[in-house]
Amino acid sequence: MSAIPDPSFSLAPSGNLRRRMRVSRAVQGSTIAAAGLAVVVLAILVGYVAIKGIGVISWSFLTGGTLPPLTGQAGGMMPALLGSLEIGLIATLIAVPVGILTAIYLSEFAGPRMNAVVRTMLDLMNGLPTIIAGIFLFALLVATTHEDSAYAAGLALSIVMTPLVTRASLEALNRVPATLREAADALGVSSWRTILGVILPSASGAILTATILAIARALGETAPLLFTVAVFGPKIQVNPLHGVPSIPFEIWTLVEGGYAGALRQAWGMAFVLVVTILLLNVGARLLLRRSQRKRGL
Amino acid sequence: MSAIAPGVPNPAVRLREARARLNAIDRRASLALRWLCFAGGAIVLLAMIAVAYEVINGASQAIGKFGPGFLIHKTWNPVVTPRSPGVFGALSLIYGTLITSVFALILATALGVAIAIYLAMLAPKPVAAVVGPLVELLAAVPSIVIGFIGIIVIAPFSQSTLEPALHTVLGWIPLVGNLFGPVPQSGLSLFTAALVLTIMVVPIISALCRDMFLTVPRELQEGAEALGATRWEVIRGVVLPTTTSGIVAACVLGFGRATGEAIAVAQVIGGVNDLSASLFNPGNSLASAIAIQFGSPDSALHTSALYYCGVVVFVIGLVVNLLARQIAAGFRTRMALG
Repeated sequence: MSAIPDPSFSLAPSGNLRRRMRVSRAVQGSTIAAAGLAVVVLAILVGYVAIKGIGVISWSFLTGGTLPPLTGQAGGMMPALLGSLEIGLIATLIAVPVGILTAIYLSEFAGPRMNAVVRTMLDLMNGLPTIIAGIFLFALLVATTHEDSAYAAGLALSIVMTPLVTRASLEALNRVPATLREAADALGVSSWRTILGVILPSASGAILTATILAIARALGETAPLLFTVAVFGPKIQVNPLHGVPSIPFEIWTLVEGGYAGALRQAWGMAFVLVVTILLLNVGARLLLRRSQRKRGL
Repeated sequence: MSAIAPGVPNPAVRLREARARLNAIDRRASLALRWLCFAGGAIVLLAMIAVAYEVINGASQAIGKFGPGFLIHKTWNPVVTPRSPGVFGALSLIYGTLITSVFALILATALGVAIAIYLAMLAPKPVAAVVGPLVELLAAVPSIVIGFIGIIVIAPFSQSTLEPALHTVLGWIPLVGNLFGPVPQSGLSLFTAALVLTIMVVPIISALCRDMFLTVPRELQEGAEALGATRWEVIRGVVLPTTTSGIVAACVLGFGRATGEAIAVAQVIGGVNDLSASLFNPGNSLASAIAIQFGSPDSALHTSALYYCGVVVFVIGLVVNLLARQIAAGFRTRMALG
């Protein structure tokens, strides 16, 4: 018996379905709220640093030397800026070669057992609390030589950077199409030429992106510096065998005292640090998108 | 036929020799690259072994003096007197580490998973393309800056608003209420530290979960929708059950990150080595105790006790990471089979 539907029957959800849809909408609303909250927190963090810090920034602040917390004046950040760059450079020079070589080892050479062992170690290194990297280098180099040094801090930061570089490089190497390698093999190209001339270049975009992100991460790290380059002061020092001032350590010291002038200096430095790190992150993202588009063509 | 000068080998031979030389170079270079890459991997292994050795070595004096009792005693008194070289027990630090991390994990899991659901399944594409990277940028803000804002903004806010509200709402409940005791004068507290940790852990959990939600096969979700399931029922009935182990792994990783964070916690936790149940009182965590005290120790034993704290943080991190790997491996096998 086919019945013509009752035209007065409403298609609007009713009863149980209405309740279910209300629940669904409520959940959807709360996920939007959660995402909104995260964005608002980011805006507060960055906005607050910008509001407090931008007024401090001036030519004399960027080029001057840091003043002790008690003077109450906003000194400058040039020594800390140079020191941070130097430590970051040392860490990069260690972490990038080690990271890329390890990634090539894992993707090209290592047997399944070594692969599992090294990958586990990389995961553990990635999860290693950065303060542990700091006290490790303190025990290894600072306690034995009784002197802070920029290279000890660079080594500590390289422990933070290496797993980041390795993991991203490994992913990039694994994404290189097998046809490229087979073509090289078919032409009788030796393995080192294939790796250095074919595989590595086609992964270079992703590796560069990972390196930039790792540098951005390292520049903001404080814990590895606390006991390896605890130097504070207005003097420009760049000898890597001795301690150098650094932005994160200066902020840490300035904030500890809580004096108004010191806080002004700290806001200025925090602003420069945050802007640098955010620019590096955005830049890395754009770079990655470009290299992906190139590969897509 | 060109004349070949005497003494000069003919071109075919020269070519063969050149090729042999090149092959020899290639062989050697390939071998060298192989060993160089092996050295890279070996450095990673040796570095981790060296970290474990140096930290345990630094802690040996304290381990010898206090043994495992270090973990359950709460007195932390570095002052050296003629009668005592200082007494160290890490219970209050372990409590501070765990309570702040657990509290942060609860908040961050709820927020992170909700954000991941939104980004992976509910948000319109252009919105997700903007909000997703913004949430990831939250992870890029350095801990020293988050801690700085923690002192200036978050601590006063939680002291004046959040803590009194929670005390009124939850403070009267037996047992649990002890966590939400009366609010002291300062906003530097375990609770503020937990809030700061939440900010740092949310982006980790949401990024990992979003990537996992995106791997759930579309057909499964469409099948449920075809049967009349609402969006939420698809998520609860299909997406969350398929990814449960992955979500747990992400949360475990976030927890590991929270237990090891030293700087931001040290700035807002108050730095008091006292054991008090209430979240609103100042306290200390293992990692932040190292950050605050390691630079100016009262004695060699004090330094050694701080290394011992380092060992505990290290072991927690180790266990947590291996656990996450194990859970994630289970997730991958299930996805491969499913």
